[in-house]
Amino acid sequence: MPSKIDPNTFDSLRQMTDAAFVSQLVDTFLEDAPRQIKEMRAALKEGDAETFRRLAHSIKSNAATFGALELSDQARELEMLGKENKLDQVAGSLDAFEATFKSVARELRDLTE
Amino acid sequence: MTTYREPGRLLVVDDNRVNRLLLGHGLEQNGHIVASAENGRQAMEMLRAGSYDLVLLDIEMPEMNGFQVLEALLQDPVLRELPVIMTSASDELDRVVKCIEMGAEDYLTKPLNPILLRARVNASLEKKRLRDQQRKLFRTFATPEVAEELLQKGLTLGGKHVTATAMFSDIRSFTTITESNDPADVIELLNDYFTLMFDAVSSNGGTLNQMVGDGIMAVFGAPVFHEDHRLRAVHAALDMVENLDMFNVDRAARNKLQIKIGIGIATGKVIAGYTGTQHRATYTCVGDTVNLAARIESHTKTVPYSILIDQYTREGLPAGTLVDELGPVVFKGKQQPINIFGVGAKQENAPA
Repeated sequence: MPSKIDPNTFDSLRQMTDAAFVSQLVDTFLEDAPRQIKEMRAALKEGDAETFRRLAHSIKSNAATFGALELSDQARELEMLGKENKLDQVAGSLDAFEATFKSVARELRDLTE
Repeated sequence: MTTYREPGRLLVVDDNRVNRLLLGHGLEQNGHIVASAENGRQAMEMLRAGSYDLVLLDIEMPEMNGFQVLEALLQDPVLRELPVIMTSASDELDRVVKCIEMGAEDYLTKPLNPILLRARVNASLEKKRLRDQQRKLFRTFATPEVAEELLQKGLTLGGKHVTATAMFSDIRSFTTITESNDPADVIELLNDYFTLMFDAVSSNGGTLNQMVGDGIMAVFGAPVFHEDHRLRAVHAALDMVENLDMFNVDRAARNKLQIKIGIGIATGKVIAGYTGTQHRATYTCVGDTVNLAARIESHTKTVPYSILIDQYTREGLPAGTLVDELGPVVFKGKQQPINIFGVGAKQENAPA
């Protein structure tokens, strides 16, 4: 399976900080993102486009930090749908997004072990 | 890179934990002291309770977003000077522009570049340090209102005609009880005297313009306009005399040097403006009214009053204010005689 993490971005993050700090960052992300995705599902159900948009925005930013470019792009698309109040068009995108997140999470865990 | 600077006290505001960690880590690496808040409401509470040099503010946040925090900061008389750097995603630059227009100082895009982070933060801190220094400098010769006006409107060195009340004060005599005139004691006395006078002028809305030797010039009604500038000047003069009386009682009790002052006040057109260079300027008033105030102050040597005012100043006082009309005086350099009034208690041992 091709990597979901851009190695240059991840390496430079490591160089800018240090391995222990990157581990702490990854742990934090892996703790928070699943909760945020759950909240996105809830927001989608309630038709709360604003909360949906804000959560997508938050994950987008973190995904970019770790070099998870595909995840970041998917988050951006979801953010746009929220912004344009088009939650009805989200459909399967959220599932695909979550699947990408799971691959990213696995890779990040491997990279920081 | 040497970090000889003092550490900045920074507040990172971001609802995202990863972002808070990243920013905090980067800033601490640069030697700063970092606190963080996870939404705008919490940030405002921390800012009001603590002391910070710089805020790094996310736009997207629940409860109170970055725009709302900026707005709240700008409305707060204390916090509105606090520099703010927006931290945002690179695809929301239109919103960053809005923040800059609102008053944010700078921005950083996420993911953060550590070099840019360091440079922007240090530049903001340096600018704040300069502003604080400038403000401190202004406040040593101006009231806080004037300092604010200067800082907000920037320094324009142009002048304008305004109607204002000018005041001159001078030390009339040093009264010695002891024979001692220790230089250190004289300087200490002058410093205390300036402190008291400055307090009397600024608490009545006046601006201290000059301190030359033992003389003080103050202006009321400019640069900050007060309708009742004449009354304010007279109140300031009365406060000055009263402050000094109490001060003298204390000095006498300690067998120390005492002073008496004379104050002259005149009202009319003055030319007011900032003089000097862009780097060093003071708010100054010049013109006939200012000269007249100086002449009137000199005249206190010859009459038993510490405070003398001219006719125009008299007319600005509420009916029933006790003043003693001393009649017209022809001052040097003036064609017309000027009506002079004594304010405050008549002195028993009148000067010769």
